[in-house]
Amino acid sequence: MSVPSQASASVRTTYRAAVREAIRDALQRDRRVFLMGEDVGRYGGCFAVSKGLLDEFGPERIRDTPLSECAFVGAGIGAALGGMRPIVEIMTVNFSLLALDQILNNAATLLHMSGGQLPVPLVIRMTTGGGRQLAAQHSHSLEGWYAHIPGLKVLTPATLEDARGMLWTALEDPNPVLIFEHGGLYPLEGELATNAGAVPIDRAIVRRPGRDVTLVAYGGTLAKALAAAAELAADGIEAEVIDLRTLRPLDTPALIESVSRTHRVVIVDEGWRSGSISAEVSARLMEGAFHELDGPVQRVCAAEVPMPYARHLEEAALPRVETVVAVVRRLVGGGGA
Amino acid sequence: MTGPVLSTAPVAGAESGRGFLREMLRIRRFEEKCAELYSAGKIRGFLHLYIGQEAVAVGAISALEPDDAVVATYREHGHALARGIPADALLAEMYGKLEGCCRGRGGSMHVFDASRRFYGGNAIVGGGLPIAVGLALADQMQGRDRVSACFFGEGAVAEGVFHESLNLAALWRLPVLFCCENNLYAMGTALARSEKETDLCLKAASYEIPAWPVDGMDVLAVADACRRAATAVRAGGGPYFLELQTYRFRAHSMYDPELYRTKQEIEAWKQRDPIPAHATWLRGAGLLDDAGLASLEQEVAAEIARAVDFAERGTLEPVAELERFVVSDEPAP
Repeated sequence: MSVPSQASASVRTTYRAAVREAIRDALQRDRRVFLMGEDVGRYGGCFAVSKGLLDEFGPERIRDTPLSECAFVGAGIGAALGGMRPIVEIMTVNFSLLALDQILNNAATLLHMSGGQLPVPLVIRMTTGGGRQLAAQHSHSLEGWYAHIPGLKVLTPATLEDARGMLWTALEDPNPVLIFEHGGLYPLEGELATNAGAVPIDRAIVRRPGRDVTLVAYGGTLAKALAAAAELAADGIEAEVIDLRTLRPLDTPALIESVSRTHRVVIVDEGWRSGSISAEVSARLMEGAFHELDGPVQRVCAAEVPMPYARHLEEAALPRVETVVAVVRRLVGGGGA
Repeated sequence: MTGPVLSTAPVAGAESGRGFLREMLRIRRFEEKCAELYSAGKIRGFLHLYIGQEAVAVGAISALEPDDAVVATYREHGHALARGIPADALLAEMYGKLEGCCRGRGGSMHVFDASRRFYGGNAIVGGGLPIAVGLALADQMQGRDRVSACFFGEGAVAEGVFHESLNLAALWRLPVLFCCENNLYAMGTALARSEKETDLCLKAASYEIPAWPVDGMDVLAVADACRRAATAVRAGGGPYFLELQTYRFRAHSMYDPELYRTKQEIEAWKQRDPIPAHATWLRGAGLLDDAGLASLEQEVAAEIARAVDFAERGTLEPVAELERFVVSDEPAP
């Protein structure tokens, strides 16, 4: 469970293919693993993630379900209780609300309510996020909501390595694990080590070291934070970029450690600002690193509107690289908010 | 596939016949004690009594094997006892004690026992149906000829997840025995006030699931119907649906002034009380006499007295363990 060394051979691939390879690997490793969801089989997955898996593994293990999120997520819970290791795919995070009863009232509670008798080793994957002009019922970032719920683990792979490696660790975990794949990441291309495998799911990671400010990002905002850091570097501002990777449990020590070196922080979150994971990160830094801060915690979040369809409006609603850069300049310049 | 009420054709053996009476009496007396303990403040939260419906849990669960699964509702003391969860562990759970079957974390509405494949206890109406479907899916995929029995009330029929779950079970021919306990009221709402189509079997039949109404006040009829249904399910015939027509004699919970039904209606149903009805049948068959009934009552009273004593002597889980079991660190089975 370590990040493969730089020296190993690599292949050019995509985030989409990395997720597919992770699913294929899990299906090969463990007979108890199966994939179910809407259009995961014959259609090949709404985002083509599971394309080809039906032919390879058959309809028993690549199960097309009716449009009944509540029932097939609940069935995933029951199958997990019955000794299987289901991967349930929900097309988008907005549709997951139809299954919220099962996720919150059963998956997250059964272990505790039963006094430790009933772990639920279930993995639920879903797409999240905006940027594709899908408007207000397909584009939201509700992973922060799910991170509110004790009993769940919430993962947000932002890189090829995490897309490839988080699934197996999640399947080995005895708890219900939700994996949020940002829809904009599927076409992401890059190099992935041929021996890429399982990665830890309980810690954040520094994606770019820096000394002047910490940019906290995850999932769909990691690339924006890295782009902002590159632009700031041209001005001589060295931004450190932390990828949260896991929203629950939140790796608070890693955040405190970074901020204790940079003394400034900007959180970049595609969720709405009010009651968001960015608010939680901010609160934890106030609790644990207040005296390390040279300025107020800053946030760049989605505008508090249902996601609009029109491209220019959607772009305006989402966190933007130039906003991150401007907020950092103001903060580093001593201006605070 | 709807049709007439199944008959009580095969006569139960003497032992199971008396066993049914004993199990129903255990549930009845246990819950009468619970009501008393609730008034005394020993049990808190919501308490939903099963009194009047005992024939359903006792008859249905008698048709199951030890490795079959049971999924029930928040009105599940009867199912828990019939499934073999000891009365003392159940009562200690309702006392909120560490010795309870869920360490006092679940209470009356959330009873679990993994060793008896008893998966709740679910306080969301309809919430247990897809779990039963998933348990059955796991059995089907692993080639085990088990049955997952899912109990729910007629109120659950109005939930979308009822239809989603029946469809999925039928589509994949999963071994689920759907036991719909129609006690005519979803809390205070009569079936006819909430459903346009009140023939529940017709709804199940629309998913091509064999569906039959059963006299839920007759323990032998329930046992017989469930045995036949479980046999068909176990043989790979896909899901089965039984509408067990029954009636709850007590209020919905301890806070219900019962404004929605008449005393006459309740009295009329009490004339069909499954316990005296079955006792009468046993007497008629020469399987029970006054002395036999008295000794049965005595046994049950002693068991409940022991359960109360056990719960009273139970301990409280240390508050330091509050956050234990939120997530597990041990590999899942």
